[in-house]
Amino acid sequence: MKYSEKVMDHFTNPRNVGEIENADGVGVVGNAKCGDIMKMYLKIDENDVITDCKFKTFGCGAAIATSSMATELVKGHTVSEALSLTNSAVVEALDGLPAIKVHCSVLAEEAIKSAVADYYNKIGRPIDFDYDPDHDDDHDHHVDED
Amino acid sequence: MARFVYADNAATTPVSREVIEAMMPCFESEWGNPSSPHSMGISAKDMLDDARERIAAVLGCTAGEIYFTSCGTESDNWAIRGAAMRMKAKGRTHIVTSKIEHHAVLHTCKALEKEGFEVSYVGVDEYGVVDLDELRSLVTEKTALVAIMFANNEIGTIEPIEEIVEIAHAKGALMFTDAVQAVGNVDIDLSKLRVDMLALSGHKLHAPKGIGLLFIRKGIVINNLIEGGGQEKRKRGGTENLPYIVGLARALELAKENMKYLPEVARKRDRLISALTKIPYSSLNGHPTKRLPGLVNIGFEFIEGESMLLWLDMKGICASTGSACSSASLDASHVLLAIGVPHEKAHGSLRLSISKDTTDEDIDYIIENVAPIVEKLRNMSPLWEDVVKKETANK
Ligand SMILES: Cc1ncc(COP(=O)(O)O)c(C=O)c1O
Repeated sequence: MKYSEKVMDHFTNPRNVGEIENADGVGVVGNAKCGDIMKMYLKIDENDVITDCKFKTFGCGAAIATSSMATELVKGHTVSEALSLTNSAVVEALDGLPAIKVHCSVLAEEAIKSAVADYYNKIGRPIDFDYDPDHDDDHDHHVDED
Repeated sequence: MARFVYADNAATTPVSREVIEAMMPCFESEWGNPSSPHSMGISAKDMLDDARERIAAVLGCTAGEIYFTSCGTESDNWAIRGAAMRMKAKGRTHIVTSKIEHHAVLHTCKALEKEGFEVSYVGVDEYGVVDLDELRSLVTEKTALVAIMFANNEIGTIEPIEEIVEIAHAKGALMFTDAVQAVGNVDIDLSKLRVDMLALSGHKLHAPKGIGLLFIRKGIVINNLIEGGGQEKRKRGGTENLPYIVGLARALELAKENMKYLPEVARKRDRLISALTKIPYSSLNGHPTKRLPGLVNIGFEFIEGESMLLWLDMKGICASTGSACSSASLDASHVLLAIGVPHEKAHGSLRLSISKDTTDEDIDYIIENVAPIVEKLRNMSPLWEDVVKKETANK
């Protein structure tokens, strides 16, 4: 299995790692059992623009790279633009992911949505989009080993 | 300074120069088929017989008890399926194996379950040692075969094979051991160790990939797995892979000679263990002393193994992990789960398997590099963030 240069770049130099104090929206998706957890922090101004976005991720190279790319893709955009971010847009921006790692990009999409949902809850706006914070992905069940 | 350190010898080993040299004549001049009655065949047959004799001498058995196969996986499949099918005729339809076997064993057993055999999976303690009391209770007059590995490929624990043989034989069951990781790393003498069958594989011993053997003790008969011509006394069809068989013979002789280096390898292993377990929230997986001389498996909490491997690889260090994310299965290693490591911790396991060619400078280099990588990954882990918050709150 080989990652693209873009993936390796975002893995080795992840953008926007960290926490935001008093974030306007925080989302956590995934679980330790499957080996990946993403936590996204959003800072959102009065015009619904995401002025800052940070992440913390427990997971493989693809999980870290997709988190990093997702923060870049939503930063400076409006909340509704962030909600339209798809996992395939993240994959494309990374010049592709190995098939068995595509679920990481789904997790990144869900992490953004979950952070926006938290923001909506905080400001009392009804959640008018689908998201699945406990997102159970169907990885392939094949095992390589020695 | 950047180095290249190959610390994944449990996955595979480089073919040694001497093994390559031993094989070369089989490509250049001795390329005959050992079954041919002409001069080319006769000299190939002589080389085959010679290789088999030399292997028998290393293992402490007779040449007639060695059957060449295509790999460790084939040997495992053949031993288990062949014994199961044979013993079924005697009314024995039960197999006992352990929860920490290689998938070549576990998946063969699963397949036999579908075909009507009953399989019991004996548990292991927190170090990966088979529970002998449970094993005693599982083996009955219905048991055809007990299949338990000599040493585990992920955590390196060495099993009490002599005791296991006694338990199997007390009930008239056959005993098979997958010794793929053990041969060359543990002294095995088949004239003393009473196993009925033993599997080994060339590529873990500096021979090429794609060559293995199954030892079947004289007097034990199992069904064939691969039907074909009359090779291997009609027990395993297929023109013999003479170059690799000759290579395997040389590799086994060298492994025996090199046993003298094992205490040195174990000393380096222990240096790795003591340095790496000093990293906070880390612990050794497997038995502290009953373990393969070159194998280290450390669990690092709050980080995931594949990301560790990627960083190590960029530093020139080849290693392995029991994380699901590197194996592409949903679950973390069945071995780590069987010894009671929780899922999240199993994802953060790092396996380093060294050899006699690993130097003390290589060990230093590994130690220097692991701690900062663990720290870097923890600093971006939300699980670590929670730990740090708790720790500061407690201060
Ligand atoms: C314990 C054990 N059994 C069986 C095998 C399979 O051997 P092979 O790769 O030759 O099929 C391996 C490693 O690959 C192993 O570590």
